[in-house]
Amino acid sequence: MQTRDFVVRFAGEGGQGVVTAAEMLARAASSVGYHVQTFATFPSQIMGGPTWTQTRISTSPVLSPGDDLDVLVALNHEAYQGHNEEVRSGGVILHDSEFESPDDERAIGVPFDELAKQAGEARSANMVIIGALAHLVDMPLAFFEDFVQKRFAGREGIIAANVAALRLGYEHASDSEVQIGQLEPPVKPEGEQLLIKGNEALSMGAIAAGLDFYVGYPISPATPVLLFMERNLVGPGKFAYQVSSEIESIAGLLGAGFAGKKAMTATSGPGLSLMSEGIGLSWIAEIPLLVIDVQRGGPATGLPTKTEQSDLQAALHPAHGDVSIPVIAPGTVEECFYGGVMALNWSERYQGPVILLSEMSLAEKAQNIPKPDLGQVVSESREVYTGTNGYLRYDGWELSPMPIPGGPGAYVANGSEHDAMGDTTHLPERHVQMTERRFSKLKLLEDGPFERVNGDEPIALMTWGGSKGPSIEAYEDLITEGHKLAWYYTMCLNPLPPALLEELRSKDLVIVPELNYQGQFSSYLRSLSVKAESITQFTGLPFKVRELKKRIIALAEACKGGKVAA
Amino acid sequence: MTTKNPEYDFKWCPGCGDFGVRRALEFAMAERIQKTGSAMESNVVVAGIGCSGNLVHLLEGPQPFGFHGIHGRSLPIAMGTKMARPDLNVVVVAGDGDFLSIGGEHIGPQAARNLNICAVVMDNGVYGLTKGQSSPTTELGTNTSSTPYGKIEESINPLELYLTLGVSFIASGFSGQPRPLAKLIAQGMDHPGFSIVHVQSPCTTYNDTYEIIKGNSKKGIEPSIWELPEDHDASDKQAAYGVVRSGGLPIGVVYQQEGRPTLDDRQADLREKAPLKSAQELLDAFQL
Repeated sequence: MQTRDFVVRFAGEGGQGVVTAAEMLARAASSVGYHVQTFATFPSQIMGGPTWTQTRISTSPVLSPGDDLDVLVALNHEAYQGHNEEVRSGGVILHDSEFESPDDERAIGVPFDELAKQAGEARSANMVIIGALAHLVDMPLAFFEDFVQKRFAGREGIIAANVAALRLGYEHASDSEVQIGQLEPPVKPEGEQLLIKGNEALSMGAIAAGLDFYVGYPISPATPVLLFMERNLVGPGKFAYQVSSEIESIAGLLGAGFAGKKAMTATSGPGLSLMSEGIGLSWIAEIPLLVIDVQRGGPATGLPTKTEQSDLQAALHPAHGDVSIPVIAPGTVEECFYGGVMALNWSERYQGPVILLSEMSLAEKAQNIPKPDLGQVVSESREVYTGTNGYLRYDGWELSPMPIPGGPGAYVANGSEHDAMGDTTHLPERHVQMTERRFSKLKLLEDGPFERVNGDEPIALMTWGGSKGPSIEAYEDLITEGHKLAWYYTMCLNPLPPALLEELRSKDLVIVPELNYQGQFSSYLRSLSVKAESITQFTGLPFKVRELKKRIIALAEACKGGKVAA
Repeated sequence: MTTKNPEYDFKWCPGCGDFGVRRALEFAMAERIQKTGSAMESNVVVAGIGCSGNLVHLLEGPQPFGFHGIHGRSLPIAMGTKMARPDLNVVVVAGDGDFLSIGGEHIGPQAARNLNICAVVMDNGVYGLTKGQSSPTTELGTNTSSTPYGKIEESINPLELYLTLGVSFIASGFSGQPRPLAKLIAQGMDHPGFSIVHVQSPCTTYNDTYEIIKGNSKKGIEPSIWELPEDHDASDKQAAYGVVRSGGLPIGVVYQQEGRPTLDDRQADLREKAPLKSAQELLDAFQL
C-alpha cells in the first residue's frame, strides 16, 4: 500500500535523545526532498520527566503535526502506556526490548542499545531506530546512509558505526515481517529549502530587517532567540547581551531605540507582564522597538513548556492608559521569518512599540520552508531629523522625523504627557492632541496582507497564529467534503487590514479556532462589530484536525439553525 | 529648555537643592564640550521620576538630548543608550526614592558591568513630589506623611552600598556648592566606568536639612559637612569604607578604581573574537 504521509512519535524520558532522534529523522527525510515538520513538548526540567517529539513526513507540504500515529517509538514502559492509544489501527509500536514486551499485537521489540553497541558506537541508538523506521515504511536505506555520510563527513569511524546501526535496525525490523505501507518517493520542492525552527526563523527575519540591538533574559520558550542573537548579532554597531531582568530588557530597548538603533527582545508571558510599563513609555515617548512574546500556557509561571494562545489581549493592551499596540502573529514557521521582518519594519515606520506573538509550538517546530530571498526583503528605517536645533519633535498630527542623539534637534523624549517640544504639560487640549497624534500613527500600518478563499460564503473560518496549520487542513477537508465556508487569515492582528475587517463585518458568523479559554480573538473581533465565536482548547497542546472539523461543522450548523446568538 | 516655555508648569520650591545640582551639571557639561570639542547634542541626560527628574526640562543654555522616562528605570535606559552608542556621554539624574528604592535593583548590574555612565543622585531623604513620604534615606524614627508615628525601618547608607556593589567611582557632594559639585560631576563623567556622584540636595518643604549640613553657630549646631582630607587615597577601598562609615556629609571623591575595563571596552574585545557572518551566511547555514 502506498502512503503519502507518515507520522512517528518518539516518547521517553528527558535526556534519552527523543528530540535528537525526531530532528535527525526530519533532517534526513527533508534532505532527500520530503516535506517535514516536528512537534515537541517537554517537561520543565533538565533531565528526566516524560517527553515526546513527533515527526511528520509527507510528499506534500505539512500543515499540522498529524492527528494519529503511524508509529510510536516507546523508549520506556511509561511512554508505551501514555501514547499507545494514539497509534492508528494498523500502526506499529517500536519499543525498547529492554523493557517487558507489552501484550499488544502492534508491538515490535528492538534492543536499541544492544544493536548500537554491536554497530560499534553506543550513541548510535537513534540510527538503529531510524533504520527500523525505514523498513516499516519501505524507504530506501540509501537516503539515510547519504545523510550520515554528509553529517559526519571526514569522520570515517563514526560514519561506519552509524551506517552499521542503520542496517542493524533495518534488519531487525525486517525479521518481524511487518510493514505499514510504502512511503511514496519524495517530490523535491522547487527552489532551495531551509530546515529551520520558528525561533530561528524569527531571529533571521529580524536580522534581515537590519536589527542592531538585542537584550534579553532567559525564559522558556524564548531563550533560543537570546542564544541565537548572542552568537550571531555581532560586528560593528551591533549589540546582543543578556541583562538582569525583563525590566532591564525593555528599558534597554528604550535607550537603544531612542539612540537610533533597531532594537528588539524576545520573552514569554511573564516577561511581557514585567515589560508593561516600559511598553507604555515606548508608546507615549514614540520610541521604536520590538517585543517578541513566545507564548506559553497560563498566567504567572503557568505551563512554561506547553503551547497556548492566551496572551493576545495582553499584547493588544499591555500597558495602562490609552494604548493600542500593533500586534503581528505569524502562523507558520515560514511566516515567523516574514513576521519578524514586518514587525521590525512597523516599529521603525510608525516610531513606536510592536509586539510579535509567537508560541511554543512554532518556536520549537522544525520545518522545511522555501529559502527566503534576502534580495527581496525590504528593510525600513525610521525617518531621521536632519534640520537645525530648536526642533519640535512631537509636532503635527501624525509622524514627525526623529532626532538622534549626536545629531541636530535635541529634545526630551518624555513619558509624561508633553507638548510639541517634549516638555511636560497638563493642558487638556495638549493631552487631546497628543493622544490623537499617537493613535493616528496606527494608520501607517494598515497595509497588512490577508488571505481570502470563497469570500462569498456567509460563514467564515478565521483562525490566528499557530492554529493556522491545523485550521487549513480542517478547512481543505471540509471543502472537499462539500461544506460551504469562507477562509480568512492575516498575521496583522492590530491594526487589522481595513478591507478584511469590512468583509468580516458582513459575515453571519466568523468561526475562530484558538488555544485559550476565553476566546480572546473572537472577543476582540466582536469589539470591532464582527459576529465571531471561538472554538477554544486549553490543554497546552495544538488542535487535532479531526476534532476541529467536528466543532466547525457544529458551530456552522448552529448558526444556520439560528442557535448562535452572535 | 533654552527659553521659558509658558506651558511647562513644573516648579521646584524656593531653596530646593536641585537648583544647585542643575547649575553644577550645566557647568560640567559646558566644560566637557569645551574640553573635548564635542557638540552639546552628544550628551544625553536620562532622568528618573520625581522632583529631581524635572532637571532635564530645566537645563538652561545649549540643550543636550534628554529622556524623561519612568520611575526607577533611568539606569537601564541609560545602559541601552550607552551600549547602542558608546560615543555619547550619558548622564543619569535621579532622586533617592527613584534610584535607591524602586530602582535599587539596577545599581548592582551596572556596577558589575562597569557601564561607562555617570549617575548624579539627588538625595533629599524624602519623596517630595508625592508630598513627603519616607524614602530609603529617611532616618529611623522620622515622622513623615507615610510614617505618621515614626519610620520603623533603618535608613541605608548609599555610599557604603555603592562601595559594596563595586561601583568604580564614588563621589559625595552638596547642592549648596555648585562649583565644587560641578568638578565632582566632571570627574565622574571623565571616569571610564560606572560613576555615581551622590549629592545631598535638601528639600525645603518636607525635609530641610540645610542647618544640619551647614551647622548653626547661634544654636550651637556643628556642621555635618566635611571635606575629605587631601591625603585621602581614593584608590584605597578600605580607606573609602572608613570615610563612608564616619558619618556626616563628606565632600570629595570617596573611591576611584582605575584601569578597570568598561562594558563597551569588553564588548569591543568580544567583537574581535566573534566570527562576523552576514545575514546571507546565517541563512545559508539552515539550507538543506
